[in-house]
Amino acid sequence: MTNPNGRFGVHGGQYIPETLMNAVIELEEAYQRYKDDPEFNRELTTLLNEYAGRPSRLYYAEKMTRDLGGAKIYLKREDLNHTGAHKINNVLGQALLAKRMGKTRLIAETGAGQHGVAAATAAALMDMECVVYMGEEDTVRQALNVYRMRLLGAQVVPVKTGTATLKDAVSEAMREWASRIHDTHYCVGSVMGPHPFPTIVRDFQAVISKEIKEQLLEKEGRLPDAVLACVGGGSNAIGSFYHFIEDQSVRLIGCEAAGRGVETFETAATISTGRLGIFHGMKSYFCQDEYGQIAPVYSISAGLDYPGIGPEHAYLHDTGRAEYVPVTDEEAVSAFEYLARTEGIIPAIESAHAVAYARKLAPAMGKDQILVITISGRGDKDCAAIARYRGEDLHE
Amino acid sequence: MSKIKSAFEQGKALAVFLTCGDPDLETTAAAVRAAAENGADLIILGIPFSDPTAEGPVIQASNMRALGGGVTTDKIFSFVKELRRGVKIPLAFMTYANVVFSYGAERFLSQCEEAEVDGLILPDVPLEEKEDFLPFCRSHGVDLVSLAAPAPEKRLARIAAGAEGFLYIVPGPETEEAGDAFFAGLASMVETIRQNSPIPCAVCSHLSDPEQAGKIARLAGGVIAASAAVTLLEKYGKDAPRQIGEYVKAVKEAIAQ
Repeated sequence: MTNPNGRFGVHGGQYIPETLMNAVIELEEAYQRYKDDPEFNRELTTLLNEYAGRPSRLYYAEKMTRDLGGAKIYLKREDLNHTGAHKINNVLGQALLAKRMGKTRLIAETGAGQHGVAAATAAALMDMECVVYMGEEDTVRQALNVYRMRLLGAQVVPVKTGTATLKDAVSEAMREWASRIHDTHYCVGSVMGPHPFPTIVRDFQAVISKEIKEQLLEKEGRLPDAVLACVGGGSNAIGSFYHFIEDQSVRLIGCEAAGRGVETFETAATISTGRLGIFHGMKSYFCQDEYGQIAPVYSISAGLDYPGIGPEHAYLHDTGRAEYVPVTDEEAVSAFEYLARTEGIIPAIESAHAVAYARKLAPAMGKDQILVITISGRGDKDCAAIARYRGEDLHE
Repeated sequence: MSKIKSAFEQGKALAVFLTCGDPDLETTAAAVRAAAENGADLIILGIPFSDPTAEGPVIQASNMRALGGGVTTDKIFSFVKELRRGVKIPLAFMTYANVVFSYGAERFLSQCEEAEVDGLILPDVPLEEKEDFLPFCRSHGVDLVSLAAPAPEKRLARIAAGAEGFLYIVPGPETEEAGDAFFAGLASMVETIRQNSPIPCAVCSHLSDPEQAGKIARLAGGVIAASAAVTLLEKYGKDAPRQIGEYVKAVKEAIAQ
């Protein structure tokens, strides 16, 4: 899907300062060297299986299926991975690659804290130093994850610039990387940033769709009719879509965070409200004003609170291969509560965006059809914030 | 010869960076005039961006002050056209790719030509991505200035060979303590570039010490005072232009030594 210059249609590229070019060139060379290396892949597969707990389950949500009265619903349980989200898939791959490159230090940005926790975990496991950049506002929203990262030996740097959220954490991590490339690898957490990151992260997350395909073939003897996943930068979504892109019969649906609604300014739904731009190393769609100033976005979900979307998603949108739909805070919170009560599974508020759209879509589908929802992470981290959203006076 | 190159014709050059609209455009105008009157050879006018990923805290804060004051790309074009009535030295814009891209590269560069802006510097556009902007710069007679940072010789050579106007050099870490290592690294970069191109080299400096600026300028074709004027704007606000004039004078004297 990627052409040699890291382009997905018009999207992607390497719009970064010259001070970072050496680092991405070095990374691309290393990735080309190791991505098909049997020893590297054996080591990664062992880590994914023995340490992270793969393959993750594809669970038939029978009660939800009955309740919605349409398509048969399966949940891809990335929430059951070690550290509680899909982020570990990518982090183990990048940390292993960084080790091969002789780097001793991992830096990462984080929104909800799931990627930061995963990076801190991999660093602890592989004896690397770890520094995580996190918007100051997010350190408050996700205080428990800040403690988890520190417990794992990482240093968490609150970023106070701009809107003090995920986009500012990315900017700060890029600045830090530029000033210290000799011993540091920037472990980007989503399918975003300059080439080769969107390709590397997608390849490490593609294990999700590879497993869905195998597991569903085994259980049902066929492909799904639709695959749903939430989209911020879009790593769990591209991971869930990738091995189905060539299967035209499978609808691929990305669920964006609409915040208080796409008609308001308090939204993070990039495909619905953004336009083509250049930011954070890539050409893609971004929420921005008429002069190209990046918009301060909003979502209840810190992990989807980002003004852009990965370049491969922008391309899948352009070609019509994937659909992108907005889901509001209110719909996501209702879905969070719904899945807890119906299936006894508390999803991350990010993943709840995909569950919310499934509640609309499944009843409109036939009983002979199959819908897969990727539950990208577990919701323990969100319980206090959702309780407050519902008016309860609960603090961690 | 491009006008921007002419800034490097009378000895070692001093380029001064200012963020447009920090704290307001009247102050920017006064600061540009003060710098020009005191011997600046080139003014680099920053068009503020919400997320300046290549900048440190001083220029980030300056961008935020300017945007907070309500400055926009259109207001800046009107401002430069007005400024051009009195200021004749070369001017270059420095901003981020998205500011130009969202405005429309053709529309942006045609406005640059009208405002007699001689160069465009885009810190998040490396060699690999120049094609989005270069054809429009060429057709409007604006130099798209390349940036160089410490890199393998092969890459420096490629950058130097494609450079227009002057080469904007971002050296290795510049600290008070870096001293000899900093200058040795810089000297070898400049040497590699000279072997590949006659392009003048201007080195970005974030220290405010005129002596340091003088030393750097003597090593290369010139020095870019990247944050000294912005630091004065932060400290003195509307009263900064006079201080900026004095700073420019001091650096020009140090360069001449």
